[in-house]
Amino acid sequence: MRSFTYERARTPAEAAASAMRKPDAKFIAGGTNLLDLMKLEIETPAHLIDVNGLALDKIESTQEGGLRIGALVRNTDLAADARVRRDYGVLSRALLAGASGQLRNMATTAGNLLQRTRCPYFYDTNQSCNKRKPGSGCAAIGGFSRQHAVVGASEACIATHPSDMAVAMRALDATVETVQPDGATRTIPIAEFYRLPGDTPHIETTLMPGELITAVTLPKPVGGKQIYRKVRDRASYAFALVSVAAIVQRDGTGRVALGGVAHKPWRVEAAETQMPRGAKAVAAQLLADARPTRENAFKLALAERTLGAVLAEAKG
Amino acid sequence: MRFETPATINPIDQLKVVGKPADRIDGPLKTTGTARYAYEHHEGVSNPAYGYVIGSAIAKGRIAGMDFSAAKSAPGVRAIVTADNAGKLGKGDRNTAKLLGGPDIEHYHQAIALVVADTFEQARAAAELVRVDYVRTDGAFDLAAVKDIAKPRPVFGGPADTAVGDFADAFAAAPVQLDANYTTPDQAHAMMEPHASIAAWNGDKLTLWTSNQMIAWGVGEVAKTLDIPKENVRLISPFIGGGFGSKLFVRSDALLAALGARATGRPVKVALPRPFVFNNTTHRPATIQRIRIGAARDGKISAIGHEEWSGNLPGGRPEGAVAQTRLLYAGANRMTATRLAVLNLPEGNAMRAPGEASGMMALEIAVDEMAERLAMDPIEFRIINDTQVDPEKPERPFSQRRLTECLRTGAERFGWNKRNPQPGRVGDGRWLVGIGVAAAFRNNLLTKSAARVRLDNNGVVTVETDMTDIGTGSYTIIAQTAAEMMGVPMEKVVVRLGDSTFPVSSGSGGQWGGNNSTAGVYAACVKLREAVAQKLGFNSAEAEFADGEVRSGNRRVPLAQAAGDSGLGAEDGIEYGDIDKKYQQSTFGAHFVEVGVDTATAEIRVRRMLAVCAAGRILNPKTARSQVIGAMTMGVGAALMEELVVDERAGFFVNHDLAGYEVPVHADIPHQDMIFLDETDPMSSPMKAKGVAELGICGVAAAVANAVYNATGVRVRDYPITLDKLLEEMPDVG
Ligand SMILES: Cc1cc2nc3c(=O)[nH]c(=O)nc-3n(C[C@H](O)[C@H](O)[C@H](O)COP(=O)(O)OP(=O)(O)OC[C@H]3O[C@@H](n4cnc5c(N)ncnc54)[C@H](O)[C@@H]3O)c2cc1C
Ligand code: SF4
Repeated sequence: MRSFTYERARTPAEAAASAMRKPDAKFIAGGTNLLDLMKLEIETPAHLIDVNGLALDKIESTQEGGLRIGALVRNTDLAADARVRRDYGVLSRALLAGASGQLRNMATTAGNLLQRTRCPYFYDTNQSCNKRKPGSGCAAIGGFSRQHAVVGASEACIATHPSDMAVAMRALDATVETVQPDGATRTIPIAEFYRLPGDTPHIETTLMPGELITAVTLPKPVGGKQIYRKVRDRASYAFALVSVAAIVQRDGTGRVALGGVAHKPWRVEAAETQMPRGAKAVAAQLLADARPTRENAFKLALAERTLGAVLAEAKG
Repeated sequence: MRFETPATINPIDQLKVVGKPADRIDGPLKTTGTARYAYEHHEGVSNPAYGYVIGSAIAKGRIAGMDFSAAKSAPGVRAIVTADNAGKLGKGDRNTAKLLGGPDIEHYHQAIALVVADTFEQARAAAELVRVDYVRTDGAFDLAAVKDIAKPRPVFGGPADTAVGDFADAFAAAPVQLDANYTTPDQAHAMMEPHASIAAWNGDKLTLWTSNQMIAWGVGEVAKTLDIPKENVRLISPFIGGGFGSKLFVRSDALLAALGARATGRPVKVALPRPFVFNNTTHRPATIQRIRIGAARDGKISAIGHEEWSGNLPGGRPEGAVAQTRLLYAGANRMTATRLAVLNLPEGNAMRAPGEASGMMALEIAVDEMAERLAMDPIEFRIINDTQVDPEKPERPFSQRRLTECLRTGAERFGWNKRNPQPGRVGDGRWLVGIGVAAAFRNNLLTKSAARVRLDNNGVVTVETDMTDIGTGSYTIIAQTAAEMMGVPMEKVVVRLGDSTFPVSSGSGGQWGGNNSTAGVYAACVKLREAVAQKLGFNSAEAEFADGEVRSGNRRVPLAQAAGDSGLGAEDGIEYGDIDKKYQQSTFGAHFVEVGVDTATAEIRVRRMLAVCAAGRILNPKTARSQVIGAMTMGVGAALMEELVVDERAGFFVNHDLAGYEVPVHADIPHQDMIFLDETDPMSSPMKAKGVAELGICGVAAAVANAVYNATGVRVRDYPITLDKLLEEMPDVG
């Protein structure tokens, strides 16, 4: 770990301005991801801006009938919120499928969205990794890639985004609210928030330098059966091989997003028109451009089968 | 005390304290955080410096150059130790690769330097500033690719190969045959406490607080590596946060702490960071196994053959996976073969029942497959081929062998008769359900062990032995043994372990610790009883030690009185004659497992487990049970998830942390049950006990595999059994 300076920001705008001013600054929220990465010198910020005191820890109703979730709301609190459990069950379930109780007590909404990949080569600084060190190559391609992306990957990076929460957020059409270093605020639909790796896998979102997430808003509840199904080798405390976030209406229409298959939560709205026709048809479109590796080709069948089980459960 | 003939009645048979489910006496220390682990002996040293290990970034080759300029001038840095400046170093007999490498590199993350600084953070930050240039050379990293050039290699004191009768002919002639290949992956111990040490020099004397299972081995290895007399090395290891074989040997943390302390003139603390543990230390090597079984239609095995291939660094040993096949089932024509290839992966070595754990993973699937070919119940097939003598040397009977009783007892308790022998037929909601069985087998090893006991004038008995407690319950069973022998309650016994100034014990490993270390304490107590009797004027053969008194006839004297002001001490140990040559000593069991396999995703979840064990006298059913259920859990790990993934290009284990190397969590183990058969084995020691812990892992993985087969009809022969290996053959879902 490199030595770093530390400050406690007082307002969101100040935090963003400071992040722009100080070279190599990073925000720190729960620290459950950032600190681990700093210890291994995968992240080497020179300056940390602690955002825990910014009073962004409330869950409020919006005028549109949705919910505004502060960036610092802990994963545990979000999952337990009565409104979330009632109206956005897929979110609560996704959160509870992630990490462990202790970690969720620390982990925040913004931190969860921005957690970094679990690609093992990203974690080993002796290995080439375009995400960690742009231009150095990608050791996962041709290496151990069982966990990696099957769709939307590039020649430069085949990592997945590990968040469960983000998959549910994507299915719910959440919006990310931010404040920029100049004090301006903006909203980014979650569909536009994450980037595919392309040639720049180290740039993972459309956030600008210094931009701070202040909240995530959920639109008015859409009802339906809300299911989050996470598939993994052990029963708990493991990242998804494949996960499915689904909202299924009585008539069989709805939405699905996949986790564990791409550099971002994977949703193809056009594929959802196939939902009444069943999992095969949906999966065929969702994963139409899939290019798996030899080690992770099973994810295609797994995604389809899991989707099938989820749709069957929604019907039942 | 020499143990040469079967044990007769002795004070242990009273079973007033021994055999009782006493709580672990180290339990409160551990749950309150007051048990000091290796890295935490703050009171032992003042003003320590901290070392951070640098590991090789390549698997094979050499260091062309190292640039320390930035690191040397980093804040707080006191010294940087490398092979260049460490002085001449030897290598311990039990280490395969050097603990401090360079310029030649033998494996990935082999330690090549230690940066010592005033704080841990400074040492870690400075270590990142060291620049190393490497020249890579090609290595062999893929066992399958080098299998055909592997060479015979003996292991664990046995031969590489054995042959009885004419295997080839008998197998060819057998009306029912099985010829199948199985693989087990490299596995990591994944104990909670990483390897850690504090070293302090006082003149030319070195004290090492370290986390080590085998104190006397450790002293010898440290002395040899540093080329100093053994007398100048003291090892202290009272608590160990899990070892599972990875701490049988001195590792880089200990050597580098010693070198760092010598370089700085200060005590130095070194703990291996988690990602280091996997490639810097040892692991269980992967195996490829071929098993052939031929049987008559009545199920009697006529030919059984087991071949093993594994790889290791030059000078390393094979896994030893064929050991149990020499002993477990009858059959007139037999062969086993052990082949070892050179691989340039990190060092393979002992882990959780080395040999049998891997061998049983394969053999007990093969037996299940064979039973199916014979259209026979797999329990009956095992029973038909049970033997009371060593099948390779029929003149050697087993000292005790109750495999059949284990199988039958377990079948009854588990509800085996409800199993549908047709696979893939039992459903429960979204789950396909299956039941599997496997035999459990692990040898009982006799090895000498000594102790010192002291009685004081309060009637307190203090036991000192360099035995270790790696979470097993050694403290407790040793206290029970001394209490039984001296006729005092456990509260009157103080047990001190894990210090090389104490008499040399068996140490902990190979499930030999329990029986041998308590037998050593027994021997010392026999001597102390004699001293007490003599002092008090009793005939030692007649004296009874009970309730804190010594009694004979009408005379009773408080035990404490014998101690006087100066106390009374005795030291002795147990040594064995050739009783284990005349009688084969092994432990037996049966594992039963029920799994559910998700119809859609093929996720495998264990639903319930049962082990029945016959392992001599159970000294403490509570600690023994903990050992067995822990081992069963490890077996589930081996079956379903544990795998060090080899990057065959760069030659290292990729998933080198506890997020990537999965072991079972609580949610994976919903229900475990276990039964000990009531047994004593007078051939094993005066304790009539045997090893028990590792028995609990041997066979579990195969029972899981067999249950998965019973649930799905998909036979997976390559561990771990993950859902991707089942998916293609799972039934269609809507
Ligand atoms: C052992 C383990 C297992 C886990 N398992 C799972 C799992 O199964 N599923 C899952 O989804 N997750 C899992 N996680 C990840 C966990 O969810 C994340 O670590 C956590 O959500 C991160 O939140 P945090 O607040 O601690 O983020 P931090 O570590 O504080 O920050 C993460 C990143 O977000 C940035 N950041 C934080 N707040 C803001 C803000 N307001 N605006 C802009 N940037 C910000 C930081 O600069 C940093 O780059 C696991 C983690 C661990 C350690
Ligand atoms: S997949 Fe992405 S994160 Fe992994 S090594 Fe390649 S570039 Fe790095």
